[in-house]
Amino acid sequence: MAQLADNDIPAPEPPGHDALVQEIEAAQRGAAQRPGRPEAAPPAPPAPHDEEELQARFDAVIAADQKIEPRDWMPDAYRATLLRQLAQHANSEIVGMQPEANWISRAPTLKRKAILLAKVQDEAGHGLYLYAAAETLGVDRSQFLDDLDAGRQKYLSFINYPTLTWADTGALAWLTDGAAIVNQVPLCRSSYGPYARAMVRVCKEESFHHRQGFDALWALTHGTDAQRAMAQDAIDRWWYPALAMFGPPTRDSVHTEASMRWRIKRFTNDELRQRFVDICVPQAEALGVRLPDPDLRWNEERGHYDFTEPDYDELRRVIKGDGPAGRQRVAHRRRAHQAGAWVREASAAHAAKRRARAAADTAETGADIGVDIGVDTEESAA
Amino acid sequence: MSTADAAQWPLWEVFVRARRGLAHVHAGSLHAPDEVMALRNARDLYTRRGEGISLWVVPATQITASSPDERDPFFDPAADKTYRHPTFFALPEGVEHL
Amino acid sequence: MTTAVHTAPDYLLRLGDDALVAAQRLCWWATRAPQLEEDVALANIALDLLGQARALLGHAGRVEGRGRDEDTLAFLRDDRAFTNVQLVELADTDFADAVTRLLFFGVYQDLLYRRLTASTDPVLAAIAVKSAKETAYHVDHAAAWTVRLGDGTEESHRRMRRATRDLWPYTHELFVSDEVFARAATDGTGVDPAGLRAPWRERITTVLTEATLPVPEDGWAPGGGRHGLHTEAFGPLVLEMQGLHRAHPGARW
Repeated sequence: MAQLADNDIPAPEPPGHDALVQEIEAAQRGAAQRPGRPEAAPPAPPAPHDEEELQARFDAVIAADQKIEPRDWMPDAYRATLLRQLAQHANSEIVGMQPEANWISRAPTLKRKAILLAKVQDEAGHGLYLYAAAETLGVDRSQFLDDLDAGRQKYLSFINYPTLTWADTGALAWLTDGAAIVNQVPLCRSSYGPYARAMVRVCKEESFHHRQGFDALWALTHGTDAQRAMAQDAIDRWWYPALAMFGPPTRDSVHTEASMRWRIKRFTNDELRQRFVDICVPQAEALGVRLPDPDLRWNEERGHYDFTEPDYDELRRVIKGDGPAGRQRVAHRRRAHQAGAWVREASAAHAAKRRARAAADTAETGADIGVDIGVDTEESAA
Repeated sequence: MSTADAAQWPLWEVFVRARRGLAHVHAGSLHAPDEVMALRNARDLYTRRGEGISLWVVPATQITASSPDERDPFFDPAADKTYRHPTFFALPEGVEHL
Repeated sequence: MTTAVHTAPDYLLRLGDDALVAAQRLCWWATRAPQLEEDVALANIALDLLGQARALLGHAGRVEGRGRDEDTLAFLRDDRAFTNVQLVELADTDFADAVTRLLFFGVYQDLLYRRLTASTDPVLAAIAVKSAKETAYHVDHAAAWTVRLGDGTEESHRRMRRATRDLWPYTHELFVSDEVFARAATDGTGVDPAGLRAPWRERITTVLTEATLPVPEDGWAPGGGRHGLHTEAFGPLVLEMQGLHRAHPGARW
């Protein structure tokens, strides 16, 4: 219904965007088409009980590039790795709402306000999809959130930087969501079924985020001098935090080897970081902004761009919560959660009352009262 | 501390029918205090982009699943009954709509 | 479009301002809802309200014919030029207030939009058809929460009692008629809100009763929003909303 306002400037599609979207779709098709039982099912005895047999069966599933599902046996370390990664990922979505939500009230047009709110809302949704995937491993969501509020859980480091101008919302979406997509697209093929399925959903929505970030920056770089300066300043501040999102270099990463072997993760941090830089350079040129790296140049021999790596010491400090906005982020979460405690308690209490009343009714009439909870909401039949 | 929350909302599994003629498909899960709120939350969370026209929510604790250990005895007997699939039967030339 | 009846811009601005300011307040809850699922739900409602505001303000600008679009109207009018009711501008940092306002305002909007589907202005009628579906859901959501919190714990009951009592006086303004409303009702483009008071009260009473909450007593009835007289909370809201836009005159975003 909303029409384009005069303030809109349509931006072209960011170069390289389509390839990522196609990859998500391919992963989705792959999972659906990969031959299931009986052809590719690993040969296994009817009821394997000892550890070795279970391990062999698990390994065979991984080797056949099939999915592990929640009730399958899995090695403890595989479960622990998944939980760590899912929790960090979900937390990043939830805490990551804050830097952008910071600008919803001040968005410069109503259309931008709506887009930004929809994006922040999506992030809440992504956090929920991922917590749901994590819960299939038998850990309750409240435990993740408690750990997060207590500062015991990690999340992506860029979130601990402040959003100082409107351009930061664009730079964040273009760079950090862009980095997130590069990071996450391969996770659509993760060996753990619920994770892979959640990621397909997340990545599809994330590509909207990435696009709108590029679009918001495009408007700025094609605007007034002040707007162009605002855009460049934001990119200067967000470039290295975005590069740092891929984690420590592979040589220092303690988790890479196991995650790759189990096909939870499919590329190393360094490979993904390189891929991201290669994607960004032409997009920055299209936008007409400078990436703040004097050593950034095409390397004919490698077929990639050479670039300056982010400061990994800073990364380590910021991940620990020592970023400029780190303390505020966790405090904000904790405050909101505590302020809502009475609401959660009240609705649980109400649910208990309803159950008690229903039970009393049943006892009285001797009838079983079924609750029909399925409704058709056929409003979008068109 | 929220660990003292008396109010752990239970987990609900969500099934979405994308359009008429299709079955409800498992979409994910969520937390809600009761079935009414679960349905609302499911609408807001899993159909933000018009992904569905009908929703089911089921308490996660009410789902009984087959055990993966039983996998083979449970499902293998169906694997050799290829005659249950229509492609098992060769059709004579020229016969259609079957 | 050429022969269509047009609603008076003043009338449209009132509706658009109500939706815009309600959305702006609701946006505050993003990252602050009592549970993640509720964060998503409140954002959905805020997005609906924002969409309504854009459609209504955009239509007002076109009807007015002075070249003002939705953004000119939202960002370049001074606070005294806004004609929303005071109910939507009050700050809410307690979920009980947010739910209560959503219920009070949502039922009003729902009744209004349903009647506006018969507007003689086809554009407004179309906006109303879409919006009525949205507000039906908002009311549903607010009523569900009102019942859960009213009939939840002692604390939640106390908070809801306080919120309903605090916000009740501001609901009177929703139903005050004046010449702008009367004209719109007469030419069939709009609705006189005075006629909504009885059905509104009936629906609210039903929900509050189920929630074991008393219907507050009538008494003090502040007003003036329709004529640009607002509460002190409104100035900062407008300043925050407009600041960036105004800092870059003529810029496109």
